[in-house]
Amino acid sequence: MLIGKVVGSVVATQKDEKLEGRKLLVVQVHNQQNKPLDQYVVAVDSVQAGPGDMILYATGSSARQTTVTEGRPCDAVVMAVVDSWDLGGANVYEKWS
Amino acid sequence: MYLARVTGRLVATQRYTGLDGVALQWIQPLDEDGKSMGDQMVACAAISSGPGDLVMFVDGREAAMACPVTFVPVDAAIVGFVEQAISKGVPIGRGAAGVS
Repeated sequence: MLIGKVVGSVVATQKDEKLEGRKLLVVQVHNQQNKPLDQYVVAVDSVQAGPGDMILYATGSSARQTTVTEGRPCDAVVMAVVDSWDLGGANVYEKWS
Repeated sequence: MYLARVTGRLVATQRYTGLDGVALQWIQPLDEDGKSMGDQMVACAAISSGPGDLVMFVDGREAAMACPVTFVPVDAAIVGFVEQAISKGVPIGRGAAGVS
């Protein structure tokens, strides 16, 4: 999975009907040092993530392995809201700090 | 599958159902010479690996099959703890010079 920050959402009333009722989040990709990259994805939310949340998202066919995206045209799904992570023992990100 | 070095750990209590109890770890994919290849990513740890370990991981949809519950949105999973890998006659695992 890759990490990213929810920076916005997408509203598309005219879209594939299989995507109706799915929350579409704009996610800016971050790297392991929590540096924002010049890259983004639009992902379907499956864990009630909101704007500003650091999240994990899965891409490819794995993204369709949720009750929200099964059998739907979706290749990116937000599957976790990140609390914290460390690299080699050094804290890189903490949600509460 | 690819070789990788586990580089860190990640905590996410709010996660998709079916993934509870699955450890999430940062991995750095390695090429056939044991050097870093590509960006780091977060993988589910199906085995008890930890930071610093040389492991083997699977990406794509098959990664979910390494998880306790298989119907989960997972696209990377650590499936092997590598004692040693020999590539082009050169060990790149524990036995290799300079690789802890």
